[in-house]
Amino acid sequence: MEFRFTDEQVMIRDTAEAFLKEVSTSEAVREAMTTERGYDEALWQQISQEMMWPALHIPEEFGGLGLGFVELAATLEQMGRTLLCAPFLSTVGFGVNALLVAGSQEQKQAYLGQIAEGKTATLAFMAPGSRPDARAVQATCAADGDGFVLNGEYRYVLDGHTADILIVAAREAGSEGENGISLFVLPADTAGVRREWLPTMDQTRKQASVVLQDVKVPADALMGEAGQAWPALTKILDLATVAVAAEQVGVAQESLDSSVAYTMERVQFGRTIASYQAIKHKAADMMLKLEAGRSAAYYAACVADEALAGNPLGEGLAEAASIAKAYCSEAAFFNAGCGIQLHGGVGITSEYDIQLYFKRAKSSETLLGDAAWHRERLARQLLDGDAA
Amino acid sequence: MKLSFSPEDEQFREEVASWLAENLRGEFEPIRFRGGPGDEHSFVEERKAWEQKLAEGGWTCIGWPKQYGGRGASIEQQVIFNEEYARAGGPGRIGHIGETLTGPTLIAFGSEAQKERYLPGIRAGKEFWCQGYSEPSAGSDLANVKSKARFDEASGKWILNGQKVWTSLAHESQYCFVIARTDPESKAHKGLGFFLVAMDQPGVTVRPIEQLTGTSEFNEVFFDDAECAADDIVGEPGEGWKVAMGLLGFERGVSTLGQQMLFQNELDEIVRVAKANGAAEDPALRQRIAEAHIGLRIMRFNSMRMLSGGEDGSLQKEAMIYKLYWSSWHRNLGKLAMDVLGAESEIVPEAPYELGRLQSMYLFTRADTIYGGTNQIQRNIIAERALGMPREPRG
Repeated sequence: MEFRFTDEQVMIRDTAEAFLKEVSTSEAVREAMTTERGYDEALWQQISQEMMWPALHIPEEFGGLGLGFVELAATLEQMGRTLLCAPFLSTVGFGVNALLVAGSQEQKQAYLGQIAEGKTATLAFMAPGSRPDARAVQATCAADGDGFVLNGEYRYVLDGHTADILIVAAREAGSEGENGISLFVLPADTAGVRREWLPTMDQTRKQASVVLQDVKVPADALMGEAGQAWPALTKILDLATVAVAAEQVGVAQESLDSSVAYTMERVQFGRTIASYQAIKHKAADMMLKLEAGRSAAYYAACVADEALAGNPLGEGLAEAASIAKAYCSEAAFFNAGCGIQLHGGVGITSEYDIQLYFKRAKSSETLLGDAAWHRERLARQLLDGDAA
Repeated sequence: MKLSFSPEDEQFREEVASWLAENLRGEFEPIRFRGGPGDEHSFVEERKAWEQKLAEGGWTCIGWPKQYGGRGASIEQQVIFNEEYARAGGPGRIGHIGETLTGPTLIAFGSEAQKERYLPGIRAGKEFWCQGYSEPSAGSDLANVKSKARFDEASGKWILNGQKVWTSLAHESQYCFVIARTDPESKAHKGLGFFLVAMDQPGVTVRPIEQLTGTSEFNEVFFDDAECAADDIVGEPGEGWKVAMGLLGFERGVSTLGQQMLFQNELDEIVRVAKANGAAEDPALRQRIAEAHIGLRIMRFNSMRMLSGGEDGSLQKEAMIYKLYWSSWHRNLGKLAMDVLGAESEIVPEAPYELGRLQSMYLFTRADTIYGGTNQIQRNIIAERALGMPREPRG
């Protein structure tokens, strides 16, 4: 047992930290977030070509670096810490994981290589107003000649308006719950796909609606077996959930750091406000949440590695993902919320960045199930004898 | 990062588990799962006999170097031992203060004579120790110790006077390690000595403190001209604080996973009750039970990080949050237990005041956030040492 970063993982983390400090500055974030696209195309090319981050955990045989989920988590944490505006979570957290879990050899060959070279991807599965369970899948698929025809509307699709590759979940008409669900992968410019940017409260993370109107896809767009995709989709969502939790650790970290730095400078009653116990104890509580969240996220990343490798320890993925997401969601929100309070009046101005972290904390808490949602998922396992 | 244990360690786990299965039975059956925090007063004689049984099997002091009778077990093996011990229902260890505090301190700071004199008794499970740190005016401000030690040239002995408080197992121990002022004019952490004091002598009086549970884990210990041999001081006079602080470092770590097994046991009991009485269907209680489960799992992950060591060997943040984290979690678990029990939580199983296990746990968890550094002190430590915020003014 060795529950700490290897030297190589430390190096990857440090490289990410240094690079993002350089490119994902407050100015860069603010510039990117006010565009509809949501990111700087040149920076994305740099991220994919020079840093090769989208290729991080893609196996070498498909053009990737063949590293693991822990390396991915270490990188995501730094992205959260600097609120990097890029389609990384959508492309890698959702897209790459979907292809790794559910893609055929040919699909991996076709799409993972494109992603490693800088194409972007995302996953669409939630109907408007749904929660992230099987009932969210309401779009339909039907056999159509040699292929399929897809219809339906998705909302909350991360970077859905800009992604090059779409992975969509749809169900056989009349099916319910976990039955009848299929996954498809298709180029976003397929005829009948209509995509629309949805303005978001957290401007650093873009969402879109995706409407499929009689979209015809060939038979080889189907991922896995028709109607049997729920277990795979669950695994994909769990892996994406772990990725979000890793980002949340970064959000919690920066919220703490910037707040402590502010209280060390701000003087009232003739002393820095950091010298008051009321402030120190709040900061200590924030650090406890941060470090406990970090333990949960790293553990989940280790389990995700095992799950992707098909090892027995990977069977704990659903539990580890829910633990990490439940805790890290609250940790990030707590730290960002307390961060505003510790900043005092300037905390609610647009000038200071803490408000951006507060907004990101909330959007990532909602994404893929909030803390209460994941606790109920664990409760079913603990109290009702259900598998998570 | 790697979560799995090596095949050698898994084999060690088998060895521990099978020894416990063979030996923690028969006459020792009644003490399984007994004698933990809040239950320290139970089955003392049986638990002392158990210490010797453990010693015969070579299962005391496994982390000590081989030359002092230990196994020189790796951190992983110590973790495994503690996990399996707790899983098997191993009783609260009466020998734990000697094994985890006195022994490592003597190995690090003691003279050869002290090691020869005291280590074998601890290793054999025959000599038990208690800790004489806190005093009525030295709680969170531990350095404000008033007890005095005076070297008497005539008898060639140290003479101790003063009072200690919150001393666990004082009435069951043969020895106590005590910090006392060797320089009567000194203040705070300067001028202290670290003494090894025999409890069975006229100058030592032990008085139990009855707690809110009606039981007495803690004691007051009075020294009235208590004697201690000239060479029963560890380090030099004036070095007591250094020795005492070094000892706090030994307290960290490997036993935490065993403690978590006890917590798991309590949580399992709560889940059983919830399923039986319908509390498991209450959405609010479901949330809290799941939260407790999450909290305990993360406690384990924290420990795994702590035991795997820092990236650069510096003081680790996960170690600094550990006490605040577990004490708060356990306090919340106590309340959850009562809320899950519902109306039944008020009914005491036996008059006059024989509390049930969860009731006792509920009440005793209120001590968790106080002893070993209160939550408030822990927050000061985190803010000052981990976050670099200004230190509190000290008198």
